[in-house]
Amino acid sequence: MSSTPLAYLSSDGQRAATILPLTWFTLCVSIAVCLVIGVLVLVAARRAQAVDPGDIAVERRGDGIRWIGIGVALTSVPLAITLVWTIGALADVVGPPRRPDLVLDVTGHQWWWQVDYNGATPADRFATANEIHIPVGVKVLVRLHGADVIHSFWVPKLTGKTDTIPGQTNLSWLEADRPGIYRGQCTEYCGVEHARMGFEVIAEPRAAFERWREAQLQTAPPPITPAQIRGAQLFQFRCSLCHAVRGTTAASHYGPDLTHIASRRMIAAAMLPNNPGTLTGWIENPQEVKPGALMPDQHLSGQQLTDLTAYLETLK
Amino acid sequence: MREAVFRTPEIGDDTDVLRARLHAIWETEPGIRGWFGTVDHKEIGIRYIITAFIVLALGGIEALVIRLQLAGPNLHLLTPEQYDEFFSTHGMTMIFLYASPILSGFSNYLWPLLLGGRDMAFPRMNAFSYWVYLGAVIFLYSGFLIGAGPNDGWFNYVPYAEKAYNPGFNEDFYSLGMIFLGISTTVGAANFIVTAFKTRAPGMSINRIPIMVWGTLTASVANLVVVPAVSLAFFLLWMDRQFGTDFFQTRGGGQPLLWQHLFWIFGHPWVYAIVLPAMGMVSDGLPVFCRRPLVGYALVALATVSVMILGFGVWVHHMFATGLPGLSLSFFSGASIVITYPSAVTVFAWIATIWLGKPVLKTPFLFFSSMILLFVIGGVSGFMTASVPVDWQLTDTYFVVAHIHYVLIGINVFPVVGASYFWFPKMTGRMMDERLGRWNFWTMFLGFNLGFLPMHLTGLLGMPRRVYTYPAHMGWSALNMITTIGSFVFAIGVLLFFINVWKSWRSGAPAGDNPWGGSSLEWSTTSPPPPYNFAVIPTVASRHPLWEDQLQESEARTSLRRGMVLDDGKETLHTSPVDAVPERIVKGPEDNTAPFQLTVAMMVLFYGMLLKNWWVIGVGAIGCLVSLLLWLWPRREMLERAPGDRPEPAHV
Repeated sequence: MSSTPLAYLSSDGQRAATILPLTWFTLCVSIAVCLVIGVLVLVAARRAQAVDPGDIAVERRGDGIRWIGIGVALTSVPLAITLVWTIGALADVVGPPRRPDLVLDVTGHQWWWQVDYNGATPADRFATANEIHIPVGVKVLVRLHGADVIHSFWVPKLTGKTDTIPGQTNLSWLEADRPGIYRGQCTEYCGVEHARMGFEVIAEPRAAFERWREAQLQTAPPPITPAQIRGAQLFQFRCSLCHAVRGTTAASHYGPDLTHIASRRMIAAAMLPNNPGTLTGWIENPQEVKPGALMPDQHLSGQQLTDLTAYLETLK
Repeated sequence: MREAVFRTPEIGDDTDVLRARLHAIWETEPGIRGWFGTVDHKEIGIRYIITAFIVLALGGIEALVIRLQLAGPNLHLLTPEQYDEFFSTHGMTMIFLYASPILSGFSNYLWPLLLGGRDMAFPRMNAFSYWVYLGAVIFLYSGFLIGAGPNDGWFNYVPYAEKAYNPGFNEDFYSLGMIFLGISTTVGAANFIVTAFKTRAPGMSINRIPIMVWGTLTASVANLVVVPAVSLAFFLLWMDRQFGTDFFQTRGGGQPLLWQHLFWIFGHPWVYAIVLPAMGMVSDGLPVFCRRPLVGYALVALATVSVMILGFGVWVHHMFATGLPGLSLSFFSGASIVITYPSAVTVFAWIATIWLGKPVLKTPFLFFSSMILLFVIGGVSGFMTASVPVDWQLTDTYFVVAHIHYVLIGINVFPVVGASYFWFPKMTGRMMDERLGRWNFWTMFLGFNLGFLPMHLTGLLGMPRRVYTYPAHMGWSALNMITTIGSFVFAIGVLLFFINVWKSWRSGAPAGDNPWGGSSLEWSTTSPPPPYNFAVIPTVASRHPLWEDQLQESEARTSLRRGMVLDDGKETLHTSPVDAVPERIVKGPEDNTAPFQLTVAMMVLFYGMLLKNWWVIGVGAIGCLVSLLLWLWPRREMLERAPGDRPEPAHV
């Protein structure tokens, strides 16, 4: 990832790329206008004399209306260009692709992203969280839903923002020009952990995407070692109140689907890299890591934590 | 049986005998009763200004705490919940409790002086709007102080503000407090409108009023139209929270987006309402320091009005990312781009005024002229967000935070501080310190730009707004540190301003009646003005009553020392709305504590509603009723009578 993963003065996908020249144009016009006005004010004000105003006689000089006329006429040029360009660019990107290659349903929750991949049959469908995989070079339609409060879906290198609003389905779309990992972020204030409601879009070649998809469709493997078995039991007892692992009886969708948690790059809504250490730390004390998050502290013993992590590491 | 009679006002000279007589009539009675009962617009205006500046300091301290939290990545000065209350309270404070009331304060103080009248049209309502404003400040801040300040941002989106997600008292304080504050705004707006149209001195036709009056008049009309929308929205939210209605919740068929429409149909005009009067201050103040009349008076007045008319049709540009259809987005995008035109008219009028004038370097001039650049910076960033596809990237990042601060600090705080230097001599009879003023200006100007210009880049690099912290690897850390440093420098500048006010009030050099050589009527009376403002009502002959001899643009001269004396009780003159032809003499009310009592009763009522305690609500409601009765009880002295009760034939 680049050093400025959310910067939008560069783009890696068609939807963002269509808009980018317009952003640069309006930015450059704006800077130019500020410079011109700044110079005008400065040059005019530098003539100011340090005397009492009452000592200088009042006098109406010059044709000021011409200033206004010329100023407004000059202002019209960039305004007209921007207006036409805006409508054109809007028409190009506002509509979702007619024949998307992939349709995703993304649901904003406090404070994580549910991602549902659709298929022709129920067996072709699966859910994941905070990590969206897409094939490179295809148009992906994203249907946006709101589970609780309003969030906003934003992947600056690929697409501008669209809100996820309870009670309505908004549409966005993505197309990545090249493989890469693109950071996304919730941008509508949604509560205490709004700051850390991130996600990632991973664009990969078609073959790699299909491999990932096949893997995601698998249900969880059964635990093998005693530690994993104890961890699985603990999971059923404690974690399944909120989380689902396909292939087990854990089927709650209150929190993220964890069937393939171990395959994800990041945990805690793209806050921490995914490794046994961070995972253990997160399960042990989520309120320390993300104060206010809806996952309660678990108060597990050291042994229980080790077992649970051992089990979660099998969910690849 | 009408007891009203007609009377021709006597025309007289400005004499010491008359002044003594008027002083006795108009002076607020000393003591506690007078303090709570005064209806003098100057006293009320100064209270408004002082309260709003205290509120500005509170909001500023909140901002500094926020900036400390954001100075570096992953800092933990505040918990997320505390941070949310701080940024929400900061927005509420600056936008609702400072930016508008400060302008109301200046307008309250200045209008009768600018217009050649003796008081506002409804003096008791004027006092009432101040007391309710103060009550709303106390109400809203009492929530913050017990840890239940607003925590959903100043625009308070649902469903997060609903009880299911936000169970504390926070949003109840905010909802009820905003309804309470809306009463003050509404009362004040009605008063300004009637004052502007009915209480101008004879001869001050509508094309002769100062631009600041145009600004506040336009803002007041807008407030009357749009404040009901937001009061309704907050009322519906309170109903949702307390009585389980579902106006904004999908479970009962409600719509979260309804909130955004109701809020922004108010919110956008409100932004203009808190800048147009300040722009008017610049339009009136700048020419005094350029030694010439404002270029394009009529165009600037029309631009003021047309900004607001267009401003009613742009609210959806706050909602470009909500999934509305492309066609409606283009309409609002177009309207938002077109609104640049009237702003351009005003900007070029100001610049031409400096170019074609003989500028004088004084502290108010520095604030007024630099404001032009800040206005343009805030304007062009607004123009960028008006382009829908561009806004999909810009919105809800720090670019917008930079934009709103250039608008509110650039177009409100800078003109207000400049206006304080400009009118302080009139209000106190003393000049503000010029040397400290220069320090004040440069610290504010450099600190502000150091803090907020780089913030545009922070936004372009993708930093979302309203985050309590941010990761280290995003490229924002250095920029945030610069912004924090800049905001502290800016805060020092504001502190220097307060110090200057304090120092100058106690020991500033005496100011004459007209220390700046100003053109409008307020400079014709003493500094500070007497309780009755003008010994005789001026008869106005031009747009620049005090510059007539120098401009030599016509033979007519404004009469300042001879005019209607109106000394039979607290009398003011009402004139016709357009041409300011005298119509009738109106009796003003004496000091009255009923507005204060009504406000106290309303506070009881609102705290009762907050607690949902019907007993407290009942006490408050009865208190309101009693206070209203006291206020409205007919008084014989309010009747218009000729001296000696003689009916006079002539209708003035």
